[in-house]
Amino acid sequence: MDVLYQILVTIVPAALIAAAPLMLTAMGGLFSERSGVVNIGLEGLMVMGAFGGIVGTLMFESFGFGAASPWFGILFAVVIGAIFSLIHAVVSISFRGDQIVSGVALNFLALGLTVFLTREIFDRGQTDTISERLFRTPIPILSDIPIIGPMLFDRVYATTYVAILIVVIVWFVVFKTPFGLRLRSVGEHPMAADTMGIKVLRTRYIGVMMSGALGGAGGAVYAITIAGNFAGGTIVGQGFMALAALIFGKWTPFGAMGAAIFFGLAMALSTSAQQLPGLSAIPQIWFLILPYVLTIFALAGFVGKAEPPKALNQPYTKGSR
Amino acid sequence: MKKSKMVLLSSVLASGMLLAACGDGNNEGNTTEVNNNGGGENNAAGNEEEPAENNAGGNEEEPAEDNEGGENEAGNEGNNGGGEASGDGEGFSSKMVTDVGGVDDRSFNESAWAGLTQFGEDYPAADVDYIQSGSAADYLPNLQQLAREGVDITFAIGFLMADDIREVAQQNPDQSFAIVDEVVTDDDGNPIDNLASLTFAEHEGSFLVGAIAAMHTETNEVGFIGGVESELIKKFESGFKAGVEFVDPEIEIATQYAQDFNDAATGQNIADTMYSNGADIIYHAAGGTGNGLFTEAIDRNESGETVWAIGVDQDQALTEGDWSDGNVILTSMVKRVDQAVYTVSEETMNGNFPGGENLVFSLEDDGVGIAETQDNVSQEALDAVAEYEQMIIDGEIEVPQTDEEYESFDATAE
Repeated sequence: MDVLYQILVTIVPAALIAAAPLMLTAMGGLFSERSGVVNIGLEGLMVMGAFGGIVGTLMFESFGFGAASPWFGILFAVVIGAIFSLIHAVVSISFRGDQIVSGVALNFLALGLTVFLTREIFDRGQTDTISERLFRTPIPILSDIPIIGPMLFDRVYATTYVAILIVVIVWFVVFKTPFGLRLRSVGEHPMAADTMGIKVLRTRYIGVMMSGALGGAGGAVYAITIAGNFAGGTIVGQGFMALAALIFGKWTPFGAMGAAIFFGLAMALSTSAQQLPGLSAIPQIWFLILPYVLTIFALAGFVGKAEPPKALNQPYTKGSR
Repeated sequence: MKKSKMVLLSSVLASGMLLAACGDGNNEGNTTEVNNNGGGENNAAGNEEEPAENNAGGNEEEPAEDNEGGENEAGNEGNNGGGEASGDGEGFSSKMVTDVGGVDDRSFNESAWAGLTQFGEDYPAADVDYIQSGSAADYLPNLQQLAREGVDITFAIGFLMADDIREVAQQNPDQSFAIVDEVVTDDDGNPIDNLASLTFAEHEGSFLVGAIAAMHTETNEVGFIGGVESELIKKFESGFKAGVEFVDPEIEIATQYAQDFNDAATGQNIADTMYSNGADIIYHAAGGTGNGLFTEAIDRNESGETVWAIGVDQDQALTEGDWSDGNVILTSMVKRVDQAVYTVSEETMNGNFPGGENLVFSLEDDGVGIAETQDNVSQEALDAVAEYEQMIIDGEIEVPQTDEEYESFDATAE
């Protein structure tokens, strides 16, 4: 029992930390895809966000914002991400280009652009390391709860709680407000939505820009809490994992959150397990493949059929049928 | 309709990829060829007219296109001779191909370029330059480009280029090549006459930081995080463990490999687990993955614990590890790639190219050692390090490089 508890105390906080960027980015993907625009470009948006987050934090540090700099850095990344996603919006909504191609272009462009800008600004392959960071802070009272206190409230970044809060907000917005209903109707049947007087293109623009904003936030959270600086290799594949979490979660906020935490748990288990008592005798290779094996089992066994929004990947032309 | 759309789509995708790849290649050429305008002209114009700046050493025949002809050899010898006579590097060229990190990676590429830059300053007439590789696919063309230009000595930075440099060296037997961090031989295991291998005694430097860690740990437990498990990184691990054990065999050592050089999240995770389990000093040889270690160490220091990290390759305390009340980096194991590149360039210029040899830069030649930033290290530890350093140089301590050697080191220590 003690051993199990010690394992959980190590792994659960690590999983929550790793899950936060995925959750945020998956929420971004949810907005975009629910409005009928595929967003393969989440990876690129995260790259922009990571870059914006670090540059923003460095910038606000130099303005004398002190410990608040990382938060402003994240906000800066949100703005950068939203602006950058406009490229995807214009190409795939206004010009009715292929959404996959445009998203892939976003990924390439983000990496090239950020590395180029990093070289221009910092004259080297990576940015300076931020000096104001976010730290793990125990939450008063809650962290004193026996058993789950140390697990959930003691050694986690504030960004994780913010991410969970945002998931709740996203769920409320998408499923409980008129705007959410319009967003979903545009993603399911844009022509019907149009005849009801919903502005399809504008709604989709909002969806894509929300994905840019939240994807940017996801990238910034990763860069600020974990990496500490930005280089070409800071974001490698997390955007695709977020997309996978979204699909795994069947395009629902809580489903995606669960999937993100599940991925985080699998990764944390695979890295921490070797150091843990009772598990150290198992060869490392088993732990390395663990996240992938778990994902395959989860996808094949427990999820069932995932139904994407009906109008996904279909540009909308007014008046067409 | 749908099908034709799909075809269109896939062809757009494919051509996009192709164009992107081409664009990359062009960029590479344009941005890096600053000093080599002559080279391009050369290839186009043939062998008769040689721009003065590139090879002033009096060789009429420029080995631009045909690298296998006998005239080539004459050209090269002319080059070397020219360097020797003038003493300021006139007509000598020394260039390098970087790994994907580029010359500002705060690691071995940057260090190698620093060595070449220094060489260029000391011998102002010598031609130094680099080509950056955008991906592993660029290694071969980049090396071939330098070979075509008739560069006197070409450095390949990083063990990932082993196969490519072998191929290029064998195709251009009359030019000199060198590779950093790996011993390269031909397919039968024989040395290649025109290829020098520059390696470092990382285990010796790691031994010293291991000793420092052992003298500073308060919990009697230290950790090691490796990048990808390989012969090279094993040298770091074995040396570190031996250093710890040499000081105090009672100290526990946790080791783990992230199996990735660029995964800060995993690095942080491993460090988190190690620190949680009681280690208070962790040494990393894991490139970008090590950033996660620093993040975790800073975090823990900010929340009132006292833990340390040990950096690698360069004096990492200069760029990483600051927290509100100091720096979490205890010390770093530095590897003087600059020194190695400089030395070999100089020797080659003087006609003493160490072809076919494996040069090991060890403690004795200052090829490895502890970082200059020593604010966090106690005087006692520094004194001990000086003593151990001498013992290693004198051969009294045989630092293990592999798991097997570490096992037997284990036995002798007890």
